[in-house]
Amino acid sequence: MIRDALLVAGKDLRLEARSRVALNQVLPFALLVLVLFAFALDPDRGLLEKATPGLYWVAVLFSGLLALQRSFSVEAADGNGDALRLSGLDPAGIYLGKVLAVSVQLLVLEVLLLVGVAVLYSTHLGGWLLLASTVVVATAGIAAAGTLYGVVAAGLRVRETLLPLLLLPVLAPVLIGSTRAFEAALAGTPSEGWPWVGLMGVFAVLYVVAGVLGFGPLLEES
Amino acid sequence: MTTEIASGNQGSQAGTSDDGPTSTGSRTTRVLGILTLIGFGLLALYGLVISPADANQGDAVRIMYVHVPSATFAYTGCFLTTLGSAVYLWKKSQWWELVAYASAEIATLFTAVTLVTGMLWGRPTWGVFWIWDARLTSTAMLLLLLLGYLAVRRLPAEYSVRAKRAAIIGLLLVPNVIIVRQSVQWWRTLHQKPTLFSNGLGSAISGTMLTSLFIGFVVVGLLFAWLLIHRFRLAWLEEQVADQGLDVAIAERRAEGVAEAGTSLPHTFTPGEATP
Repeated sequence: MIRDALLVAGKDLRLEARSRVALNQVLPFALLVLVLFAFALDPDRGLLEKATPGLYWVAVLFSGLLALQRSFSVEAADGNGDALRLSGLDPAGIYLGKVLAVSVQLLVLEVLLLVGVAVLYSTHLGGWLLLASTVVVATAGIAAAGTLYGVVAAGLRVRETLLPLLLLPVLAPVLIGSTRAFEAALAGTPSEGWPWVGLMGVFAVLYVVAGVLGFGPLLEES
Repeated sequence: MTTEIASGNQGSQAGTSDDGPTSTGSRTTRVLGILTLIGFGLLALYGLVISPADANQGDAVRIMYVHVPSATFAYTGCFLTTLGSAVYLWKKSQWWELVAYASAEIATLFTAVTLVTGMLWGRPTWGVFWIWDARLTSTAMLLLLLLGYLAVRRLPAEYSVRAKRAAIIGLLLVPNVIIVRQSVQWWRTLHQKPTLFSNGLGSAISGTMLTSLFIGFVVVGLLFAWLLIHRFRLAWLEEQVADQGLDVAIAERRAEGVAEAGTSLPHTFTPGEATP
């Protein structure tokens, strides 16, 4: 299973390295969202600084949706889905591989977005351990839940509108938790943030398990 | 291709004629329906007339007699959906899948009613239609989760595709609701004092107010059951029609093919035929 996961993750990441869609489209989109927030919230009123954690994670969520859509649209083209099914790879391995690939892309995105908020919103970054832990567990949760719901929406004509509707309510706890953890980290009171990291860890574990179990049956006929 | 719903009829026949069911009514639903109507009359009597206005909330407390049961049965429906989805995934039982679907729809309706009655209660009590307290937010999230399930279940696709995907969503519905509730609760209480007005009836309710609430539970429960039975049967009939539609279409194609066999028109392909 692990070997299959690494195979699939390698494939997805190589696809990304060659096509550079995440780099050329998803990342600029994330930065664009940050800029749009500045238009919406008027930088002079101090709202941006106060709301930075929330805005950051909303930008991550929206970009994550794009990254997940991309992860499945590469399978939809050229009969890749059938090839994947017939390849004999363990479905749980395929799932974990896709989660891994999306996670890597999201992690890169989030680090760059941190730079973005530091520059655009003049955020003073601190509490690095908490920040890093939050980023890791939140990404795991987004990728795990997103890949599972992504395969539910895969192969359908309505998938672009269905995936956000399915995924965003499910990811609400991740948004709440990661925002609170970031607030705690930036405010210098990390002890308040760690429980949220714990909650998101549980979330990620739950969804990885659900995905490993549920991905196979869903892949069969998508 | 037909599925038996004998166990769903609770022993009584759905309204039938020689061509099949003409309605989703039956003796069971008629009894339930009449009981519900009587119950609503009783609830109106107790809720609006006999029970007193609350010391703090005034007459607005009367909305609670409908609001609280609606919330309870919305969550009940939610639980049924997850249960039905689980059994469907395990045993491929269409009966349970239809229970899950019908239950989700009814739960959506009840969640919407909960939210609206909550807002109507909130306006006179808090002065605003909405506050971001834990319970209201969780209920709004429940509505969104249910709408997601319904969107998947209603996809324009074959039944087996729709049902399996919806069942996965349905199976995760209760876990999602629990996680969302927990995180919203944590979020709203960690740095704040508890809200000044509790979302319910206050610390002690007794007497006719308790009776009214109890009647509310019974009546809303009956309504839930009545709606569920009808919606289940409707869903079953929808699937039958879909199957039948396919059979009819194939038969028509075949008839066309036979009719054209003797003409010089281009040959119509019928399923099962080798290409000429």
